[in-house]
Amino acid sequence: MRIFLNDDMHEVSPGTLAAALESLGYGGRKIATAVNGRFVAAAARPRTELADGDKIEVVAPMQGG
Amino acid sequence: MASFYGVELKSRLLLGTSRYPSPAVLERAVKASGAEVVTVSLRRESGAGRAGQAFWSLIQSMGVRVLPNTAGCHSVKEAVTTAHMARELFDTPWIKLEVIGEADTLQPDVFGLVEAARILSEEGFEVFPYTTEDLVVAERLVEAGCRVLMPWGAPIGSARGLNNVYGLRSMRAHFPNIPLVVDAGLGVPSHAAAAMELGYDAVLLNTAVAEAGDPVEMARAFALGVEAGRAAYLARPMEPRDMAVPSTPVIGKAALGD
Repeated sequence: MRIFLNDDMHEVSPGTLAAALESLGYGGRKIATAVNGRFVAAAARPRTELADGDKIEVVAPMQGG
Repeated sequence: MASFYGVELKSRLLLGTSRYPSPAVLERAVKASGAEVVTVSLRRESGAGRAGQAFWSLIQSMGVRVLPNTAGCHSVKEAVTTAHMARELFDTPWIKLEVIGEADTLQPDVFGLVEAARILSEEGFEVFPYTTEDLVVAERLVEAGCRVLMPWGAPIGSARGLNNVYGLRSMRAHFPNIPLVVDAGLGVPSHAAAAMELGYDAVLLNTAVAEAGDPVEMARAFALGVEAGRAAYLARPMEPRDMAVPSTPVIGKAALGD
């Protein structure tokens, strides 16, 4: 199925947010996530099933003022 | 010592981490400033990217407390979701809440700010709202649960200093028991000293240090400015007056005229 991660389209196997992140190289990384504008805690990623067309945001620590 | 949500700090300078020429300069500037709190943010990272992880390792190595922001958020929903992400990522209830309302001045959307502050305070966040010097808005923020207020000195990154000294002084008088931080718009250490002389508890700045010709030396200069301003406030400055008063005694002056 197709998902949009930080606006880029990816083809992933149907499954959870945790599995998609692992397959896209985010395994073990310090990140925070949202699906379709809603925050998804790290603990909830393995039980968050993705649907075709979902929009995922993945953010990491960054410089800020 | 300054106290924010029960956390006592020796340094009254909070420093941003953005726009430095290099991570090494950032690290040295933070050290030179004496800051115990630095602001940080969240941005998208690709699966192959490692910038965020490297930045986080650097911040951790400095041994400072972090104050995550919601910079760039223009709606309540965006700001609240960003705050949730920041709390998990940085493992802190602190959030510098920005809800931007105007693109040219980056003026806060104070209506959205109050709404977001209420939602986040009810969820256990300890909110540091980036606001204006408007007293009515400030009252609403306190009612919403904020125990720190951060009025702007001038628009973010403008280096204009304290645009509304009267407003900032009024705010200090109106909220004697709420920690107040001048956030944004400072350009030189005398601006920071002026804020501290008004009785503000601390200042928060970023660009003035990061974009100085020598950020490390400017960080040290700001630390001195903050310390001087605070000491002057505690020493109770004399009142200005309109007419001259000779500082040297007139009595006993030699009579040398005709």
